Amino acid sequence: MAEKILVFLEQRNGQIKKASLEVLKLAYDISVKLNAEIEAATVGSNIEMLEDAGNYGVKKIAHFRNEKLGYYAPNDYSKLIADYTDKNNFTYLLLSNTSLGKDLAPRVAVKLDAGIAVDCTEVSVIDSELHLTRPVYAGKILCEIRLTSQRKVITFRPNIFKAEKVSDDNAEIILNEIAEVSTNNKVVEVKTSENKLDVTEADIIVSGGRGLKEAENFGMIEELAKVLGAAQGASRAVVDAGWRPHSEQVGQTGKTVSPSLYIAIGISGAIQHLAGMRSSKYIVAINKDKDAPIFQIADYGIAGDAFEIVPALIEEIKKIKSN
Amino acid sequence: MKIAVCVSHVPDTAAKINIGAGNKSIDNTNITFVINPYDEFAVEEALKTKEKFGGEVVVISAGNDSNKETIKKALAMGCDSGVLLKTNEHLDSLATAKLLAEEIKNQNAELVFTGKQSVDFDASITGQLIGELLGYNCVSVVVDFKIDGRKITAEREIEGGKEVVETALPAVITTQKGLNDPRYASLKGIMAAKKKTIEEKDALPQKSYSEIIGMKKPKPKEPGRIIGEDLSAVPELVRLLREEAKVI
Ligand SMILES: Cc1cc2nc3c(=O)[nH]c(=O)nc-3n(C[C@H](O)[C@H](O)[C@H](O)COP(=O)(O)OP(=O)(O)OC[C@H]3O[C@@H](n4cnc5c(N)ncnc54)[C@H](O)[C@@H]3O)c2cc1C
Ligand SMILES: Nc1ncnc2c1ncn2[C@@H]1O[C@H](COP(=O)(O)O)[C@@H](O)[C@H]1O
Repeated sequence: MAEKILVFLEQRNGQIKKASLEVLKLAYDISVKLNAEIEAATVGSNIEMLEDAGNYGVKKIAHFRNEKLGYYAPNDYSKLIADYTDKNNFTYLLLSNTSLGKDLAPRVAVKLDAGIAVDCTEVSVIDSELHLTRPVYAGKILCEIRLTSQRKVITFRPNIFKAEKVSDDNAEIILNEIAEVSTNNKVVEVKTSENKLDVTEADIIVSGGRGLKEAENFGMIEELAKVLGAAQGASRAVVDAGWRPHSEQVGQTGKTVSPSLYIAIGISGAIQHLAGMRSSKYIVAINKDKDAPIFQIADYGIAGDAFEIVPALIEEIKKIKSN
Repeated sequence: MKIAVCVSHVPDTAAKINIGAGNKSIDNTNITFVINPYDEFAVEEALKTKEKFGGEVVVISAGNDSNKETIKKALAMGCDSGVLLKTNEHLDSLATAKLLAEEIKNQNAELVFTGKQSVDFDASITGQLIGELLGYNCVSVVVDFKIDGRKITAEREIEGGKEVVETALPAVITTQKGLNDPRYASLKGIMAAKKKTIEEKDALPQKSYSEIIGMKKPKPKEPGRIIGEDLSAVPELVRLLREEAKVI
């Protein structure tokens, strides 16, 4: 009997997240190697263009719909997904390691008595089994594991795998109207930070540290982020000083990011900071101390004064963007 | 109300980590272990809740003898008693959660705090697993917590914002930076902790759901280059980002 893979598609505001499409494409690649079937499932109210997810290699998507399930409701989401996985005998449930995925995956694993591997950044198929690699000890070590249970729940780190289309086909949507939802343990309101792009979802991040001297000077960091379409990040030193919100903190006790480009300005590069951003594809450092540890991992550096370099950098980027 | 706090004992975040013999665990020699940084927020929130509503805080840790240091740290901050679930094996998250859940049941604790993540294996799932195993409500990555009778309102951090969650006891809360400022253990607290008991229990063997195949270090990054030391380096930096890295 062919093995079956279920991919959980996460929606926010009725739109499927890019991180879920990354997992879908990855599931497609795995299914070819395992000779497995793939399906997807999602929970929410109305979801726009859900059938388009078919472009990433899935033919059938179960949509569990109720007006009240637009926001995350862990008890309902976990029950719906666990029941569907169980009834249809999926061996694998794959999710993205987003804040919702991290919360949902362990709940479903317990309901299914499944083993769980989270935040994986590499996967290979060996003797018809998945070997998963995940960073541990803040990325200082990579640990390869396999799940020995019959059912397996796996989450993958966002921004590592590419969401590439594999066909032009739409998926068939199986709509399941959910009559009753629980009234307890659910999200009642979402407070978004004013139009801010989150560091974990950004392709480019501009981060500032204590070298910027005071909170007011982060205006130029914000402007550089704006011209690059980037998210703003921060070191713990400036978060602890109250200059920046802790949602911007990158590092071992902040967020782990892997953007295409990470620009560190006035950040020394303490081991705890590096832990959160070392897997960025390209790293740029601007720091007036040419011996700062950040230069050890930066691809390109300027050993100069941020107050001189950053305004010039903003101008230079504006110039090329307008051409 | 009985409140439980789960704490893990982890390498100091500044520690250099090396792989041990056999390639399946790290080499513990020369590493300082500390209370998991996120668990300090859990301890603080438990103590604040107790101070407001009365009750008792029990701190629980699963691991070997050295975990007692971390339990002592939590006792010195103000927790009332400690339990060490003793094992020398490396347990996966599910096995650990089952041990902790069993003890929380023994203790009759209705409110449980854990850190959002243990900075050794960085899984971020133990609290949710415990909640599910016990049939308790669970809110993870909490930065704001209010309790009124049995009703709980918590804010959890998500990408680009926060979710406000309404739930009720019994519950597990996993704590994130921003929730509170953990207190320091005072000298009085440290002295008082000496008189508090740490109950030691042998952890029952647990079913394993995963197997470690091996560990390796990530490939070291090629050292980069310093393009210049002033303004004149800016155009070259932009050119490299555009033409070589192709990221802007
Ligand atoms: C348990 C624990 C967890 C931690 N977690 C994190 C974490 O998650 N994230 C994190 O970032 N840190 C974390 N830290 C803190 C970390 O050890 C460092 O203290 C912190 O990263 C330093 O921040 P910084 O680089 O902004 O400041 P500093 O280390 O003070 O560096 C400032 C830099 O700015 C440079 N500079 C000064 N003036 C200028 C100028 N005019 N132009 C250009 N450069 C200039 C200086 O040369 C210096 O290199 C943690 C620490 C502990 C103990
Ligand atoms: N061995 C353990 N003993 C007690 N608590 C633990 C243990 N492992 C994890 N925890 C708790 O679970 C939280 C999340 O851990 P993790 O899911 O491993 O990232 C930690 O912050 C602790 O509060």
